[in-house]
Amino acid sequence: MTAARPADRPRAAAPVRLGKDLLALEPLSSEQIQLVLDTAEPFKEISERAIKKVPTLRGQTVVNLFFEASTRTRISFEFAEKRMSADTVSIAASGSSVQKGETLVDTARNLEAMRIDMVVVRHGSSGAAQFLAERIESNVVNAGDGTHEHPTQGLLDLLTLRDHFGSLTGRRVCIVGDVLHSRVARSNVWGLKKMGAEVGVCAPRSLLPNAIDELGVEVFDRVEAAIEWAEALNVLRLQLERMQAGYIPSLREYNRVFGVTRERLDRAPRDVLILHPGPMNRGVEIDSDVADGPHSVILDQVTNGVAVRMAVLYLLAGGRPELAEAAKGGAS
Amino acid sequence: MSAADGGATADGGTDRGAAGRSAARPLLLAGGRVLDPSQGLDVAVGDVLLVDGRVAHAGARVSAPDGAEVVDCTGLVVSPGFVDVHCHLREPGREDVETIATGARAAAAGGFTAVCAMPNTDPVTDNQAAVGFIARQAQRADAARVHPIGAITLGQKGERLAEFGEMVAAGAVAVSDDGKPVVSAQIMRTALEYARAFGIPVADHCEEPTLAHGGAMNEGVVSMKLGLKGIPSEAEEIMAIRDILLARRTGGHVHLCHMSTRGSVELIRWGKERGIRVTAEVCPHHLSLTEHEVEGYRTNAKMNPPLRTADDVAALQEAVRDGTIDVVATDHAPHHYDEKEREFADAPNGIVGLETALGVLVTWLVDPGILTYAQLVDRMACAPARIFNLPGGTLRSGAVGDVTVFDPTRAWTVDPARFRSKGRNTPYAGRTLRGRALVTVVGGRVVHRDAAPAGRA
Repeated sequence: MTAARPADRPRAAAPVRLGKDLLALEPLSSEQIQLVLDTAEPFKEISERAIKKVPTLRGQTVVNLFFEASTRTRISFEFAEKRMSADTVSIAASGSSVQKGETLVDTARNLEAMRIDMVVVRHGSSGAAQFLAERIESNVVNAGDGTHEHPTQGLLDLLTLRDHFGSLTGRRVCIVGDVLHSRVARSNVWGLKKMGAEVGVCAPRSLLPNAIDELGVEVFDRVEAAIEWAEALNVLRLQLERMQAGYIPSLREYNRVFGVTRERLDRAPRDVLILHPGPMNRGVEIDSDVADGPHSVILDQVTNGVAVRMAVLYLLAGGRPELAEAAKGGAS
Repeated sequence: MSAADGGATADGGTDRGAAGRSAARPLLLAGGRVLDPSQGLDVAVGDVLLVDGRVAHAGARVSAPDGAEVVDCTGLVVSPGFVDVHCHLREPGREDVETIATGARAAAAGGFTAVCAMPNTDPVTDNQAAVGFIARQAQRADAARVHPIGAITLGQKGERLAEFGEMVAAGAVAVSDDGKPVVSAQIMRTALEYARAFGIPVADHCEEPTLAHGGAMNEGVVSMKLGLKGIPSEAEEIMAIRDILLARRTGGHVHLCHMSTRGSVELIRWGKERGIRVTAEVCPHHLSLTEHEVEGYRTNAKMNPPLRTADDVAALQEAVRDGTIDVVATDHAPHHYDEKEREFADAPNGIVGLETALGVLVTWLVDPGILTYAQLVDRMACAPARIFNLPGGTLRSGAVGDVTVFDPTRAWTVDPARFRSKGRNTPYAGRTLRGRALVTVVGGRVVHRDAAPAGRA
């Protein structure tokens, strides 16, 4: 065992790896999350160059398989892939595979038969990314599955918070909004907790999972209390469908009771960092002067999204983090 | 185990007939533990003799009559044949996933001498002709008896009562809209009242549809983590108490299908304490597995009602022990491989259960000391026959010769490819179970003999 090892000798621990796929943050260790965030750091710089291209994934074929409409996430992945010189194909498969006629497993097998290396998948069913990952050899990156997880969004949120706070340990971050239906919320809860942050959630109880109290998070019934507690708010998009399905009576009342407004933030005991995974409903869950205000890092999240996705693709492709800096080679 | 050929009398091959027809030769099940809770019988080494398709003797050793076939049952349990009051045999409509013949053979392989087929077929079994079709197919199958259950409402639409009287005359033993709840309390009330004339239970699938809508698993921590819409326990319990209260109002016999929660158990107990005519069943999977089986989005752990929590499992185990829940039923629900090989939310509900029920119950309930073998036989054979008023469920002299011989300790590994059922969808695949039916006798005739090599594992 390790007890006999001299304290001053560096540990010869097994190198941290991400594994074949990135499906969720829940099963990851804090070391694995740390690895992605650290790997993302050198990749940030690539997007700042005049010539935004490195040969890291040259010869790799990546398929972006989007069964659900997405602009931001898909484009972010495409930029990450192209800036690392991967060959990419993006498939927008509208509707579910069931409606489409072809089953998900057939879609996967057909792609695999074309000898691809990675699949980035967005799907409306929870577990779809894992389903795919278990049936193909290629690396699978979950770009959002149903109401399960959206791990790269969680990672980019962590990176943005880390940029600002230096460390996440002990930081109080509150997720405000429709946690019940949000894959972003789940990935954030797991990621933040693993990185040592204190996590709060705030929403009407009708938009929180019934079992939320068993997650070890602070639950705030009123947004004023959440703002008083938090150092950062991650404000979730409230989808119009939730009102139509009867979870809340109206968007107007939601804004009045749960909206993150300048007036409420002005009463906070400290400056509160504002995150939002987008796309925003200005005037519903967040007011424009908050979204565009001095403490908003919403556009930093978007920028970090590309770097985080580059890091994820790079690590899954087998890259070692200490080589990430060197991997930028060629163009520098 | 060996089967000695005791005489020259031949079957002749002309009466390959069906379950319930008389056997040509007497059958002596010799030297086993004769266990019949219906009459408090437990003989460590005894015999069961079947003559002319009926029980002639059960208890102490007897000598074999001339021409009798003798089956050596040393080390085995000889009990009344198991009766499953709840299975889905898919015919007519989905013969690709099961037929009455394959279902009846799967039942026999699992030690069941009789099963009740739910009416959610296509078309729905909601009239005397459809009931008669099931009865005829069952005769042809020549394996376990298959008792049809008729629909409560036409097309299972929950609107107009089906013709209970004509269906009973054609062979129906109960009515149910299983697969769906009877949403209207008024229709349920009327069904309970109307069924009294025919002495049949009204079996309800308890699910409050607005609460359960869109749900794919139990609502709780696991559903939250997996991002799957949950079905709260209350969806079942609200309908369970509604049905119990309607049974109190009407004096009808309500049978609650596949109970899955601690709350339901408490409500049934409440009803029984007040003398309300409520009976209930629980499935082997709800007695053994929890919602954690779903982790990894395993569609073979998807069923309705869903697998619940360890606390619910404990309550159900206690309820089947103390008799609050009367019977174990399989809710055998075969599905095509492709239908389960997909996104979790889109996969159909249900698992096959006929061929694993005994092994699951021995492994999870008898081995840990929750149930005795006598209680097991009661919940699987005696009580189901009694509450559904079916032949069998006893070894009293003169009763139909439906007998199960099982090895209480045989360990075996579940290999779905070896199932008689066309269905392969089981969460028990690869698990080692103890307890296996070796000989199944219907109407005095052996309809199933275990093909596995003799001897104890």
